[in-house]
Amino acid sequence: MTPRLRAAITGVGYTPFSRESGTSVLDLAAQACAAAIEDAGLGSEEVDGIASFMVMHDSVPSQAVATVLGLPEQRLLLDVDLGGQAPCYLVTLAAAAVTAGMARNVVVFRAMNGRSGSRVGTMQFAGMGAQYRYPVRYDAYMMYVAMWGQRFLHETGGGAEDLGAVAVAQRRYAERNPRAVRRAPLDLEAYLASPYVVEPFRAPDCTIEVDGACAVVVSSLDRARDLRHPPAVVASGAYRAGPRSGLDIGDHLLWDDYTRNYTSLLAGELYGTAGLAPADVQLAEIYDCFSSTVLIGLEGLGLCGRGEAGGFVRSGATALDGALPTNTHGGLLAEGYLHGMNTVAEAALQVQGRGGDRQVPRHEVCAVTSGALMDGSALLLTADR
Amino acid sequence: MISQDTSPPPQADVESAPFWEALRAHRIVVQRCGSCGRLRFPPMPRCPHCGAPGREQVQVQGTGVVYSFVRVHRALTPAMRDEVPYSVVVVQLDGDGPRMIGRVDGGVDVSIGDAVVPCFVDHDGWTELRFAPARAEPP
Repeated sequence: MTPRLRAAITGVGYTPFSRESGTSVLDLAAQACAAAIEDAGLGSEEVDGIASFMVMHDSVPSQAVATVLGLPEQRLLLDVDLGGQAPCYLVTLAAAAVTAGMARNVVVFRAMNGRSGSRVGTMQFAGMGAQYRYPVRYDAYMMYVAMWGQRFLHETGGGAEDLGAVAVAQRRYAERNPRAVRRAPLDLEAYLASPYVVEPFRAPDCTIEVDGACAVVVSSLDRARDLRHPPAVVASGAYRAGPRSGLDIGDHLLWDDYTRNYTSLLAGELYGTAGLAPADVQLAEIYDCFSSTVLIGLEGLGLCGRGEAGGFVRSGATALDGALPTNTHGGLLAEGYLHGMNTVAEAALQVQGRGGDRQVPRHEVCAVTSGALMDGSALLLTADR
Repeated sequence: MISQDTSPPPQADVESAPFWEALRAHRIVVQRCGSCGRLRFPPMPRCPHCGAPGREQVQVQGTGVVYSFVRVHRALTPAMRDEVPYSVVVVQLDGDGPRMIGRVDGGVDVSIGDAVVPCFVDHDGWTELRFAPARAEPP
């Protein structure tokens, strides 16, 4: 089987995550990109592609970052109007571009003053479906994910303990992650004692908005083998928007089944094009703007059976010593909300063996996802085979 | 029922005008595809199931079953402070109806699977469709 991609993530970069960066989004973006390029062992003159994403113009265009970094002429430059659906998607597109020879090294980034500036959590998403939601105060993205989470718990017989198990398991990883902004220990009792924000979610079920930036570099596999770290090979990547994905990011009224998101739709292609199966996956970085998306994503990718995700997490399977360590940085719930760019970066670090105190012992095949509801993307990152 | 709340009025457009106008008259009007016959919501210029152009308007009763709900406990913006807690439901309308969304009237609790009926709340310049638990009919 000939893989359709011959590319790898070769470098990873972050700024610190904080409540107030004290600097511009452009500066944050440039810092993270420069760090990723340096981490790869590349010179900036070798980076000929750049891609990013933003929600309601909360970030800066890629051309600005290319400019302030003094990058050479860019052969791929892409800005997409997407939220957390984007990171795996952009890495996949970058991987396809380097495979086709359209670019050699592409930096993919997300940057935001997401806590001190535009706060996505309370942002009004303009869109054609908005007129049916905002006047009735159904106006925050948390509510949409909660609506799906509620139905998922109902159909799978789950409850608060399942959501709580996700939050608790991930907080344990965050205790080992100096970059995480939410590191205070959490147990199930404390979780259940926190009041609801939007039922079924309590505060620990929700990601935490931060200022910061994160970037990865995607290079051809041949080039990757000469660079600083072991390649985190992009064995496969896929994006999916289900049919009738709605008029905008918040319009889910035409979607049939709130218990199955885009992960159910792309799993076959994701595994098939890599020549891998769910049983091969050793760790998972599952997009988690809210805890329920981890449960839906584990089932959607076939990492556990239908209706089994809650029990799976409660059993300890997603812990560092479990069968499938998941969200090893603490996830977006605890590390901070960089719209899943940091989910991809953590996956690359793990596959490269650079997870430090939270390194997963078997780290040759990692599943990564981006997105919560009707559309999103995923990668399988592997060790070089 | 006349409401005192300060919900922002909807910004109607050419697709949605029939829907909002009908609500002012306490009627619920949704689109039907002239080709495949499916009902749809929100209003849009073509059928999301078969892609056929055209928009027929049909009145629906608005009764249905709660497919899912959320209950908002914490005000996410200052304007919401007087309104929490409230529930929002996604309702599967009876008779192959589309799904619709609205607040639960009176701030009461609902569960998935509950039967609901529509009710109309007149605001300043627009009417809101809400849902209320159906009362059990006497035998």
